[in-house]
Amino acid sequence: MYELKSVTQTYERRGQTVTALDHCSLEIPDNDFIAIVGPSGSGKTTLLSVLGGMLAPSTGEVLLDDESLYNLSIEERTALRGEKIGFVFQSFNLISWMTACENVQVPLMLCGQSAEQQRERAMELLDRVGLADRTEHQPAELSQGQQQRVALARTLANDPQVILADEPTGNLDSETRQQVMKYLTEFHDDGRTIVMVTHDQETAAFAKRTIRLVAGVTQELNIADAA
Amino acid sequence: MKIQSMIWKELWQRPTSMLTSLVAVTLGVAALVAIQNIIVFSEEKIAGDLESLGANVLVLPPSVTLQDYYSADMHGHTMPEEFVTRLALARMPGVENLAPKLCIEATVDSIPVTLTGILPRSEFQAKTTWQGVGMFTNAVGTDRGCCATGIDAGDDDPNSLATTRTIQKLGERDVILGPDVAAQLGATTGDKLNLLGEDFEVLTVLPATGTIDDGRMFAHLHSVQELSGAGPVVNVIEIMACCEDAAGSLITNLSAELPDTRVITIAQVVETQVAVNGLMSKLSWVFFSILLLVGGASIASVMYANVTERRKEIGTLMALGASRRFVTRMFLGKAAILGLAGGFGGFAFGTILALILGPQLLDVSVQPMPQLLAVGMFTATVVAVAASFLPARHAAGLDPCLVFNDA
Ligand SMILES: Nc1ncnc2c1ncn2[C@@H]1O[C@H](COP(=O)(O)OP(=O)(O)OP(=O)(O)O)[C@@H](O)[C@H]1O
Ligand SMILES: [Mg+2]
Repeated sequence: MYELKSVTQTYERRGQTVTALDHCSLEIPDNDFIAIVGPSGSGKTTLLSVLGGMLAPSTGEVLLDDESLYNLSIEERTALRGEKIGFVFQSFNLISWMTACENVQVPLMLCGQSAEQQRERAMELLDRVGLADRTEHQPAELSQGQQQRVALARTLANDPQVILADEPTGNLDSETRQQVMKYLTEFHDDGRTIVMVTHDQETAAFAKRTIRLVAGVTQELNIADAA
Repeated sequence: MKIQSMIWKELWQRPTSMLTSLVAVTLGVAALVAIQNIIVFSEEKIAGDLESLGANVLVLPPSVTLQDYYSADMHGHTMPEEFVTRLALARMPGVENLAPKLCIEATVDSIPVTLTGILPRSEFQAKTTWQGVGMFTNAVGTDRGCCATGIDAGDDDPNSLATTRTIQKLGERDVILGPDVAAQLGATTGDKLNLLGEDFEVLTVLPATGTIDDGRMFAHLHSVQELSGAGPVVNVIEIMACCEDAAGSLITNLSAELPDTRVITIAQVVETQVAVNGLMSKLSWVFFSILLLVGGASIASVMYANVTERRKEIGTLMALGASRRFVTRMFLGKAAILGLAGGFGGFAFGTILALILGPQLLDVSVQPMPQLLAVGMFTATVVAVAASFLPARHAAGLDPCLVFNDA
């Protein structure tokens, strides 16, 4: 359960104040699947950063399971992110000099698993996203869709409760987009909460509900049928 | 995967930038290792040579500049042999033995050799004018040039030349070989050698002393003078003197007796050598420090560039749960690997330099010194890690939000 309580985020740059989030309040129950849409510069990425514990808002509170994220120390917040929150990025953010398998191992290494455990779990996850035969390939040797699937496997590595995705399909053609969304839907069906930023109506349609951000203010658009 | 293997893997992604900055560190360590190594062994050699050398005062022709105490007779300048007689008759206190020498280049079976003419003690005793000169009948010559243990005047083992630089008897057509020259010529005791047109018999082959004498052959001074046509001259008179006397009035007395000569004590030579070594040692630390500073600065700048270039990677790692400590360790670990590698490389390079240059420049044979490995690796690591401290802190302080922005 996520709760944003009147979160305001302002940036001060070159004497100008930009309000990226303006008294934004939002409740995200467990196992929700939200699409966040809105024009460029409306604060979508800022909202994800705040949710991910990476950006302390100027004012307001963010609660994850009734725990105030920004009352934790940076180290505690980092540890909590490693444990409960997974990310999917528009440009995949795979580490270029690591193989697919090693990329998936990173979160497992960070939480202190043994090399064998890491490898075993990474193989299992790559198998799940259909890349069992590409485990030793580096990102540059994979297609965009395959890279995003590696990233999805990496997101799942620590079995996060929440997945925050910033335009996960932004760099993909429509066919691979469908594929990635199929996996995200699966992850949602596993019981995870998914918050996804997207520009694309088709992609947004996979979500249970859609929130529109305009100039830092949220508007609930529609709630998809529960069915 | 562990952080170590991760660092290692990243390091080999683009090793060139790191390796170039490593060169300065490596050179710093190499300079230190090479110079220190040579110094240590050259000091050991001096000490060793002193032990195997009887003479502690040299009388040389005035025009000679002394390059090397141990080859003090290899300068081509001469002085009259009559000086030896003058010294013997002067009966100066503290003089235990006199050893005049004349060195010439000769060939045996067209192999070039250095032939040194020496005067056996029996010559002194044979001259009636010298009789009663107590020093040649009592204990003469000592093994250290100090008035410690005397050697029996009656000892006529020709091998005593190796330890005391004096010999009791030596025939006109006898020759004594240093071990190196004996090996070179393939000659042993009893062989006949043709030298300067005459047949000489090998009296003995000396045991190795590690000094220049090993490569020489020795014959009677008068035979050498006569056959080479040099006339009654010598290149050097080595004097074994009691240390206390050598330090005191002896030098003044010698200079007064033979004004047209240069009198040099071994103490002066050793002091000069030690002073040179001390200077070299200090210089090596200066090189070491300068090169380490340069290396450190270059590692710091390369690390900063590395952090900038890996911003997105660092942000991603942070998003995936990497703590600031982890990021710091990632860069400091890399620095430590560089430092250890630089230290080790520098040690290897410096040791090889010392092994090659030691024998060539200073005639010192050198062994690797593991303690320099420890010093080199430790210092290089400290410098590399210290230089990377700020870049690492910078990396750890990066804003994880940049993972989204840099898309
Ligand atoms: N680090 C920053 N410093 C200053 N201003 C920023 C920063 N990050 C975002 N902003 C500003 O905050 C506002 C919201 O930015 P944000 O990146 O959240 O928009 P977005 O909805 O994700 O846009 P896009 O769809 O283009 O990704 C923008 O006006 C942007 O210029
Ligand atoms: Mg954005």
